[in-house]
Amino acid sequence: MGPLRTYFHKLGSPRWFFDLARPWGIGFAVVGVSLLVVGWVWGLGFAPEDYQQGNSFRIIYVHVPSAHLAQALYVAMGVAGVTALVWRVKLADMFIAVVAPVGLAMAGMALATGAIWGRPTWGAWWVWDARTTSMLVLFFLFVGLVALRQAIPSERQAGRAAAVLAIVGTVNVPIIKYSVEWWLTLHQPASFSLSSAPAMPPSMWVPLVVNVIGLYSFAGALIVAGLRNEILHRERDAQWVRERLAAGAVRP
Amino acid sequence: MSIAIAQTRRDLAIVVRSRGEALNPLAFFALATLLFGLAGPSPETRAAIAPGAVWALAALATTLSMEGLFRRDVEEGALEQLLLHARPLWPAVLGKLFAHWCVTGLPLVVLGPVAALALQASTDVLPALALGLLLGTPTLTLIGAIAAALTAGIGRGSLLVALIALPLCVPTLIFGAGAAFAAAAGADPTPQLLWLAALLAAAATAAPFAVGAGLRVSQEY
Repeated sequence: MGPLRTYFHKLGSPRWFFDLARPWGIGFAVVGVSLLVVGWVWGLGFAPEDYQQGNSFRIIYVHVPSAHLAQALYVAMGVAGVTALVWRVKLADMFIAVVAPVGLAMAGMALATGAIWGRPTWGAWWVWDARTTSMLVLFFLFVGLVALRQAIPSERQAGRAAAVLAIVGTVNVPIIKYSVEWWLTLHQPASFSLSSAPAMPPSMWVPLVVNVIGLYSFAGALIVAGLRNEILHRERDAQWVRERLAAGAVRP
Repeated sequence: MSIAIAQTRRDLAIVVRSRGEALNPLAFFALATLLFGLAGPSPETRAAIAPGAVWALAALATTLSMEGLFRRDVEEGALEQLLLHARPLWPAVLGKLFAHWCVTGLPLVVLGPVAALALQASTDVLPALALGLLLGTPTLTLIGAIAAALTAGIGRGSLLVALIALPLCVPTLIFGAGAAFAAAAGADPTPQLLWLAALLAAAATAAPFAVGAGLRVSQEY
């Protein structure tokens, strides 16, 4: 095996991941926090006002990254679910356990900032618009996953059940999204797509991109930290964890 | 195929021999309709929300009825026999779900329009509502069964089943209620009904495998 392949092979094993992922976690944290600080200051303080929405549009710099991330995290859990069930990778099962609460928080943040943005823009805290509604359904998908995990006492069983549900949910996410779009949508169309140039000037969308990347990295740092915690917890009876705890060599 | 038929016959025989329990979801549905009727402020409002209320209650009645689907089999050990069997699990799952649908879903196809009438919906809505329920309740049963299978090992938790299954029922609810509201507005409900049929086809193909996987997880096989 080449060195790169060995590296990825090791990343799949909890014991090796614990050490190998530490620099990843630190990197994500540094990049995430600095990008978020830059992005927020830039977006909230220096980006130009919107010609229709004035200053209220600035909440986009929190709203869009969290909504993006919530969807991406659910799909990532679906992929991890397949990995956990097909290849029995323990780490994938831990990944779902760690990501579910982060995704729930992100969906909650997208809904809360959406409501705050909706009040001045649409004149209502909540509207039954296609994209707000599908985000609410996504929120409840996260709730169901977290509730299922907590209801099953055996860790192994809870992990596999969550993997099945994550796959089922991921298959359903696009169906839910498009069925909900059957209603006339009030929501402004997505500001970004891969196929066309953004409809915003660069002075507005560059800080948004900074914020999106920042929040992804920050979530990456949370997930790596959560995974390392979960590994220690689940392998608490393993020889290597005991030795390190005894030597006081477990570095956060 | 023969496994599916045998499973359906067995489950229906159990229902016939222990009558009361199977009627609970229908009683719940009727009772909840009564609550909607009493809570509606005026005949016009009741008539306006009737199709949507019927669909929401059908989704609730179906998912809440799911909790008992595997309980008896888990307690008696019949489920373990199924899991130990060398043959694939999905035909038995499909047979079991068909039996369950005959007891809870099929009566809703009749009861739903009656409930809509009781809420003073116009009679134009009824064909689209009945046909929609005929196409939609099997999908609700299939989705609910995934949640029921995943929670079969914990023994309790009808609320958990509903919490897991209801978000997944959203598309069925949208197209089902959409068909009825289209008919109420004098439009053609065919597109929504076709969507319901498509959802049923997708659910019937995929869900039995998810239910099987869930059952294996719940019994640690």
